[in-house]
Amino acid sequence: MNNSHIVITEGLVKHYPIGGGYFTALDGIDLQFGTGEFAGVVGPSGSGKTTLLNIIGSLDSPSEGKAVILDQSVGELSQKQAAHLRKKYLGFIFQTYNLLPVYTVFENVEFPLLLLNMSVSDRRKAVLDALEWVGLNDKIKSRPAQLSGGECQRVAIARAMVKKPRLVLADEPTANLDAANSHHILQTMEKLNKDLDTTFIFATHDDKVIKYLKRKITLEDGKVIKDEIT
Amino acid sequence: MIRFLFKGLLRDRQRSLLPSIVVAAGVMLTVFLVCYLTGIMGGFADFTSKFSSGHVKIMTRAYADNMNQKPIDLALTDVSEIIEKVRQDHPDMDWVLRTQFGGLLDVPDENGETRSQGPSMAIAIDMLTPGSKEPGRLTLDNILVKGSIPDSPGEILISDEFATKLEVVPGDAVTLMGSTMYGSMSFYNFTISGTIRFGVSVMDRGAIIVDFSDAQAALDMQDASGEILGYLPSGNYNGEEAGVVCASFNSKYTDPEDEFSPVMLKLSEQDEFLGGYLEMIDAVALIVVFVFILAMSIVLWNTGLIGGLRRYGEVGVRLAVGEGKGHIYKSMIYESAMIGIIGSALGTIIGLLFAYWVQEKGIDISSIMKGATMMMPGKFHAKIVPEAYYLGFIPGLFSTTLGTMLSGIGIYKRKTAQLFKELET
Repeated sequence: MNNSHIVITEGLVKHYPIGGGYFTALDGIDLQFGTGEFAGVVGPSGSGKTTLLNIIGSLDSPSEGKAVILDQSVGELSQKQAAHLRKKYLGFIFQTYNLLPVYTVFENVEFPLLLLNMSVSDRRKAVLDALEWVGLNDKIKSRPAQLSGGECQRVAIARAMVKKPRLVLADEPTANLDAANSHHILQTMEKLNKDLDTTFIFATHDDKVIKYLKRKITLEDGKVIKDEIT
Repeated sequence: MIRFLFKGLLRDRQRSLLPSIVVAAGVMLTVFLVCYLTGIMGGFADFTSKFSSGHVKIMTRAYADNMNQKPIDLALTDVSEIIEKVRQDHPDMDWVLRTQFGGLLDVPDENGETRSQGPSMAIAIDMLTPGSKEPGRLTLDNILVKGSIPDSPGEILISDEFATKLEVVPGDAVTLMGSTMYGSMSFYNFTISGTIRFGVSVMDRGAIIVDFSDAQAALDMQDASGEILGYLPSGNYNGEEAGVVCASFNSKYTDPEDEFSPVMLKLSEQDEFLGGYLEMIDAVALIVVFVFILAMSIVLWNTGLIGGLRRYGEVGVRLAVGEGKGHIYKSMIYESAMIGIIGSALGTIIGLLFAYWVQEKGIDISSIMKGATMMMPGKFHAKIVPEAYYLGFIPGLFSTTLGTMLSGIGIYKRKTAQLFKELET
């Protein structure tokens, strides 16, 4: 195991049962991601980007091969261990933000910290810091319905970053945003990547995102066809 | 964490207020139905026991064989001795003398000629002994329409409808023509002290209430009575309890060789039809309550199920931030149980209030019972029973929680990534 690599996949295969047979979503993926990378998995719809992110995020397990995240093999983790890995080290950003609508901005960002049993004062400080990173300190009492799409995605970033995770997985984070908001979001994530040394892995086919990536992995039919540093 | 989840529950009305209202409504209906059906069941037995059967009845064996004809020639004799014995054997029960008999009620004009007359059914009860429970048992004060309750010998109450038919008013004199216990003709003059409305068509057509001592005098029944009625200490009919009293009495005093020996029958044994009818009502009520609770359970189970399913999105987010499946599942069940408890408590309180109102006021069915020949109460009252305090929790708490538990199983059955797909859609 190379200590600088926080994600390693070896011969990663993922099949999904379809009818009487199988659909192969990932077909022998060998990749490594190091600490502080700002990388993206790109490719057309159905190429296997989200499946790869799900396995790296310990939300799914490989059919064959290995996916080792922070020295833990995803396929061998129990549900509890996988939840613990996500709770402590991983952050997720979704295309549709997925904020909890009944909670305020502050509470949405606070939610991951509640699972870490932090004290009230530590939680408050961490949440305010995270909201400052994304420039939303003035919206702490707002509900998601009162925010624009860009603001919602910034809250989602704050929620993913508040526990200072080692790895953030962002699945099409700009798909619902206009160009200005997309750039704002990406600049924010780029800054957090530099300041906190957090690894970001995107799944995207958005050119606006691709421009910001330091490393671009192209998938096609479940296979890596290109892995380039940009 | 619990505070955080509770805050969300309170703020999301679709998760808290709406399910609570649905649960409360279902539970309220269940509680009310249980009380109302119990009231109807008890109403039949209660009404019959008060007016004619008692919870148990002592008669001669010969009288019991022809009970429908009320044959006073087969009445019990030496009743003071019998009643003394049963009062000793069952001091906590209330024992009363009753005689029912038929006769022709004649209304004379100022010359003593018949002005009007009609067949009547008389119920003789103890109205004049100070402290007698009989006027209260028959709620004479409540059913009095005109005049007053008899307070001296020779006074009677007559049904208001019958009085209108005979064109008599309180204060008028009437003559009851019948036959004595020994078969000779009997003519006895009474003064109408008041008119009453029984609320039972068959009685309102021609019933009168006379004092027991007057009936004894008119029918030549010294120390005799058609029947001795016994009422259980609780005031409510209980077939099992009544059966024990009957068995004890019959083993002691009934002589199978002597048709004039006393025999005691409980309410449901006195009339094959009534017994069967009560059993049927009992069974039907149980089935209705069971089916209703089952139906409400399915409705509320679905409420829990849908409530759980619509939260798969939220489940996805919570899984993403690292909450365990078991923790999410447990929190959903706690939430559902909390809603079930609140809804059930609320529904039970409203259902009981509604039942209390119907218990006090009753639902008047006399207009649809006008032609009835069967003795039935004109009003059905609900009855609040101890079961009503907890039966609503079966659909309210258990079904709602079960629904959530079943929908929550999906969290385990589905792969986490699948929940995310549902989250994204």
